[in-house]
Amino acid sequence: MKHVISALVQNKPGVLAHVAGMFAARAFNIDSLAVGRTDDPNLSRMTIVVVGGSEVLEQVRKQLGKIVSVVKIQDFAGRDVVARDLMLINIHCRAEKRAEIQALVSMFEGKVVDIGPKNVMVEISGPESKMEAFIDACRHYGIKATARTGTIAMPRYRKGDKS
Amino acid sequence: MKNSSNAPQMQGAQIIVEILKEQGVDTMFGYLGGVVLPIFDKLYDTDIRFITPRHEQGGAHMADAYARCTGKTGVCIATSGPGATNLTTGIANAMMDSVPMVALTGQVRTELIGGDAFQEVDTTGITRPITKHNIIVKDVNNLAEELRQAFYIASTGRPGPVLVDIPVDVSVGTGRLNPPSEIDMPGYKPRVEGHKKQIEAAADAINKSERPVLYVGGGVIISNSSREITALAEKANIPVTTTLMGMGAFDQNSPLSIDMLGMHGAAYANMAVQNSDLLIAVGSRFDDRVTGQLKRFCPNAKILHVDIDPASISKNVQVHVPVVGDAKLVLPEITELLEHKPRESWFAQISEWKKAHPFTYDKNASNIKPQYVIEELWNQTKGEATITTGVGQHQMWAAQFYKYKYPRQFITSGGLGTMGFGLPSAIGAQVARPESTVIDIDGDSSFNMTLTELSTAVMYNLPVKAVVLNNGYMGMVRQWQELFYQRRYSHSHLLNPNFAEVAKALGAGGISIERKDEVPGAVEKMLSYDGPCVLDCRIEAEENVWPMVSPGKALDEMAGLEIFEKMP
Repeated sequence: MKHVISALVQNKPGVLAHVAGMFAARAFNIDSLAVGRTDDPNLSRMTIVVVGGSEVLEQVRKQLGKIVSVVKIQDFAGRDVVARDLMLINIHCRAEKRAEIQALVSMFEGKVVDIGPKNVMVEISGPESKMEAFIDACRHYGIKATARTGTIAMPRYRKGDKS
Repeated sequence: MKNSSNAPQMQGAQIIVEILKEQGVDTMFGYLGGVVLPIFDKLYDTDIRFITPRHEQGGAHMADAYARCTGKTGVCIATSGPGATNLTTGIANAMMDSVPMVALTGQVRTELIGGDAFQEVDTTGITRPITKHNIIVKDVNNLAEELRQAFYIASTGRPGPVLVDIPVDVSVGTGRLNPPSEIDMPGYKPRVEGHKKQIEAAADAINKSERPVLYVGGGVIISNSSREITALAEKANIPVTTTLMGMGAFDQNSPLSIDMLGMHGAAYANMAVQNSDLLIAVGSRFDDRVTGQLKRFCPNAKILHVDIDPASISKNVQVHVPVVGDAKLVLPEITELLEHKPRESWFAQISEWKKAHPFTYDKNASNIKPQYVIEELWNQTKGEATITTGVGQHQMWAAQFYKYKYPRQFITSGGLGTMGFGLPSAIGAQVARPESTVIDIDGDSSFNMTLTELSTAVMYNLPVKAVVLNNGYMGMVRQWQELFYQRRYSHSHLLNPNFAEVAKALGAGGISIERKDEVPGAVEKMLSYDGPCVLDCRIEAEENVWPMVSPGKALDEMAGLEIFEKMP
């Protein structure tokens, strides 16, 4: 079972190592971990996807809470979540295939961001399943490289939420 | 970080010393080195008592034991590189047993960091998994606040070690000493008060139980709630077992005491726990040495768990009634709601188990039995001594055969199981309690690891006593090899020095005995010796610790009970 946890952490050196180290030391399985600064320069948000049962999730949450530089933890279990992954994918592409690939990219609402004599680079974002589907669709052209951010997520507005 | 412009300016090293004084530090343990020289130079002008061990590990253990004895935060200091790495065992030990500690390490100049400079290691990287928190201070203007936070984090919530790494240019740089302000860390808000609903649920569970057992851990000692646990046990009439870390939290002379539980715990404690209908765990964390096979632990009991650390709840066992908070505050609130129950059949059953399987040993043996030595220590000190231990068989015998009356009377390495802890921790304890008789009950292999600290005891005139239960083996390892490896004693045998002569060479007293009839006289001589003294007891070489819950067995599947039965 995959769980999405969001941790607000102090933007200080060593915090990522501390969080990642805790996961490693306690044998929690990280599926993805994405970090970026928030609108407050003192805070960063980590979105962590972990695999395991609900007891594992509970321990992950508590152990994260023990880390002094972790300010707040939310787990999105049972919530309707908007989850996104950003991918850059470099696809093998000769000039005659460009139109075909462009059509594919459009279908997935992606964007061609670079073109070379034998390749196109595509930017695409969305839920993880869409990334996987796009990779599968491109596979027969030949994939040169992919780079992904890992999942970032936020829960959708729910009646009763403070807005 | 708030800086007030009119705060006094001074050298970083002076700021460190000012904060130590402000935090009430009167004693420190540590070892010099190049990058901490500025700090030592400033310490020279203070009244802080300073103890220099023979190895940084010893210094960390001393600070650890000092903290355990006094309840204050222990402070140790080491230089960068090897100094810092030598501290790590002591820091990990403090972490596992939740001991409040601030470890200061020197670091190479800020501009050299990352360049593999002389005596450089990534100290915060190395100690991250073994500290409650750690930090490298790169700006002298942040030094005061970071140090104040370190002391605050170390001593509040579930205590633990905090390491502050200080580059030498920060120590010699000039910065502001801001006045103390209220500490407000967004990510650190320990919860001390229990939740009303949880407290009511706990009291309700206790009132409904027929066969409850209190399972008391080191958290009760840390939070100074021995009195509160006693009040609870007495009001609701509940038998009390303690963990190794909890020894002394509940007076073992009380009729409610059922002594230690676990792998080498009392048979009657283990049976009581396994047959209970409610296990009330307070400040204990369900260590595997306590629970035996988890799946078969307390099969018919509800589990109630009081702990300040929410992460300890349902970490190893599923807890039915959790109460998160400081035992000192939570226990009286629970006790308030409790009823007294006679529980006659429950106590009758327990006293039957007690009668059938007491801790004992072969009292007619002709050679020295280690248990006998400990009983003799207990008799002659009237149960009043502070006992420290190394790790191994002797540690278990010290837990089984000395009866503890007070919290902070038994100082031992529980979670990490650090061999070599005994002598340095005795020194730290003696520094904390100059008037007390402090005895390190040690094994020969544990003692070998840190015996150089005897010269620290001699140098500072600390009259610690070390009793070495010497069987020429790594005793516990040998026991496991006997039981699980067909007596193939692979490298567990030791050729020891003559410990009494070593002690004399280091300036301490030394006594060696080989015969049983020498024990009382030798113990008396050691106790009355003016200064540190080692009593080397050549004990029965293949004595085992019984009873024993073998790995993978349930808590009440104890080996060795039949041995007790055969004994006179």
